Amino acid sequence: MFRKILIANRGEIAVRVIRACRELRVRSVAVFSEADRGARHVRMADEARAIGPSAPAESYLSIEKILQAARDAGAEAIHPGYGFLSENAEFARACQRAGLVFIGPGAEAMELMGSKTRARAAMKAAGVAVVPGAERPVSGLEEAKREARQCGYPVLVKAAAGGGGKGMRLVEAEEELPAALRDAASEAEASFGDPSIYLEKALQAPRHVEIQVLGDGRGRLIHLGERECSLQRRHQKIVEECPSPLVAAYPELRQAMGEAAVQAARAAGYSSAGTVEFLVDTDRRFYFLEMNTRLQVEHPVTELVTGVDLVQRQIRIAAGESLDLEQGQIEWRGAAIECRIYAEDPENNFFPSPGKIQQLEEPAGPGVRIDSGAYPGWTVPVEYDPLIAKLAVWAPERGQAIERLKRALAEYSITGIRTNLGFLCRILDSPEFRDGRLDTGFIGRWMSRAAPAAEIDEGEEQAAALAVALDSLSSRSASGSAAPEPASRWKLEGRLSLLR
Amino acid sequence: MKWELVIDGKARSLELDECGAGRGAWELQLDRRRARADAREVEPGVYSLLIDGRSYEVKIESAGEGYCAAVNGRRYEIHARDPQRRQRGSAAGRSGRQKVASPMPGKVARVLVKEGDEIAAGQGVAVVEAMKMQNEVRSPKAGRVVSLRAAVGAPVAAGETLAEVE
Repeated sequence: MFRKILIANRGEIAVRVIRACRELRVRSVAVFSEADRGARHVRMADEARAIGPSAPAESYLSIEKILQAARDAGAEAIHPGYGFLSENAEFARACQRAGLVFIGPGAEAMELMGSKTRARAAMKAAGVAVVPGAERPVSGLEEAKREARQCGYPVLVKAAAGGGGKGMRLVEAEEELPAALRDAASEAEASFGDPSIYLEKALQAPRHVEIQVLGDGRGRLIHLGERECSLQRRHQKIVEECPSPLVAAYPELRQAMGEAAVQAARAAGYSSAGTVEFLVDTDRRFYFLEMNTRLQVEHPVTELVTGVDLVQRQIRIAAGESLDLEQGQIEWRGAAIECRIYAEDPENNFFPSPGKIQQLEEPAGPGVRIDSGAYPGWTVPVEYDPLIAKLAVWAPERGQAIERLKRALAEYSITGIRTNLGFLCRILDSPEFRDGRLDTGFIGRWMSRAAPAAEIDEGEEQAAALAVALDSLSSRSASGSAAPEPASRWKLEGRLSLLR
Repeated sequence: MKWELVIDGKARSLELDECGAGRGAWELQLDRRRARADAREVEPGVYSLLIDGRSYEVKIESAGEGYCAAVNGRRYEIHARDPQRRQRGSAAGRSGRQKVASPMPGKVARVLVKEGDEIAAGQGVAVVEAMKMQNEVRSPKAGRVVSLRAAVGAPVAAGETLAEVE
């Protein structure tokens, strides 16, 4: 086993990896930008190294600075987390050249899966169904028209080097095709430095179901079942669960998709933890979408249901251990649901809401797991992703897990910044979610419906009014108030004007 | 003591009487609903309230010119009723200059208008980048851009003026 690992990431995922290191008795080295000196991952790690300015390109994305920090600290391996350099094959190669172990798959597998068109071709060759469409980038309008007619409208124009919805356009009819090709190519060029685009059939109301795989690079490759991630807003996942309600209804799907995922990973020569994403249509046919060659944000639901610690497994495999788990040993127990806590304001167009956290109270009790990079008094930086924490729950059955998640969300309290906690709570109440009728259009439809008027609780209103009145009294008292200071004279005036 | 409040946009009146000094016991009446309450500030800005035997925990934040109070995961926006200010506010909306302010801290990624441009209500004025996301900030009214303060690459604070529209 390694003696020391550097974690080339920040926030909740760096905290998650530090926890795995500690349980394996491996020393952890955090890295931090100027914005993150006081971040939780720096406070928790055994060692920490500054790697430069706040802009990601000059710190968390700088291969050179991260390798230097690893050398200075005497680390033997680097865990990349997700995002940042985690899917950068060049980084994996640079680690190897520097004599460091990259905790993840080989660079070749990362490269193959990084190109959407190459990945599609490889999967097709391996006998895995892909979403109908092209295996090569389109070269011009006439070719695009031909391909679109072949797979039938609506089609998606997608960036070959893409991901996350960038460089993607939905085309309903042929006359929209020229503009879509132009826009998608320029967005792809701007986002990925590569204007290549390709065409794919747009499935109707698909579900997003992905399979977790784990391989040791020595011939053993298994799957750990699925995660349903159909609840997405602007291609960003919000709520994820295992088992998928679809698999719960049709158990044979898990085995079929699991086998396809293992086949896909094997074809790519994959080792470490990875995720094969599928779209599932209304007839329960599934199609390879893409493979993520890293740890997923939503990995905790798989851990809760299977009992396998994915981060520890990644580290042990990277250290040269063989995987001592066989497919037949994997069991799925109960139901887990995770939701992502974002610093954003659902009542104001989901604008980001960075700033200082005043109060932070986390839920606890049976079946609750929190992965968080936040603490009270911490300032959520403006430079990075708005994901500040993940709340996951486990219960014997899905219905109980939903109630538990609602209970935990109600216990969760973050003030000082805006978060999507209330928004998440309302989603859990929708009858479609309760019935497990999910697809990737769910959130869009749910938001476009008029929100049902929230029930007015007169007792709550009374309590809120009383607390505000008492707070304005104590703010004015000479002994000084314990309440947070108003941020400006303007606000102070507003507060005092409450008192008549 | 009497407060004229606006709770989630609705005018309400609150009357409060202390039952003996400093014991935390109150009689209150919100509009016509009366109750007895026992109040403790258990943490800074956090009130534990027992109202007619029910237990509430209310977390208070100052928000804009008023407060935001969170109870059982639900947020109530509460501020003082001030008819004069209200009128001034709406008058400014119809005529005169109005500021286009950034709703969050971040960096100006793009400026979408020039000084002197005639723009429509709801038209994008600038794009502010925060937390890896680009957000278009729109004009609250139609008019001419008279003062453009947003500059590409410049950091902005929440509430900072990006432009003025007349």
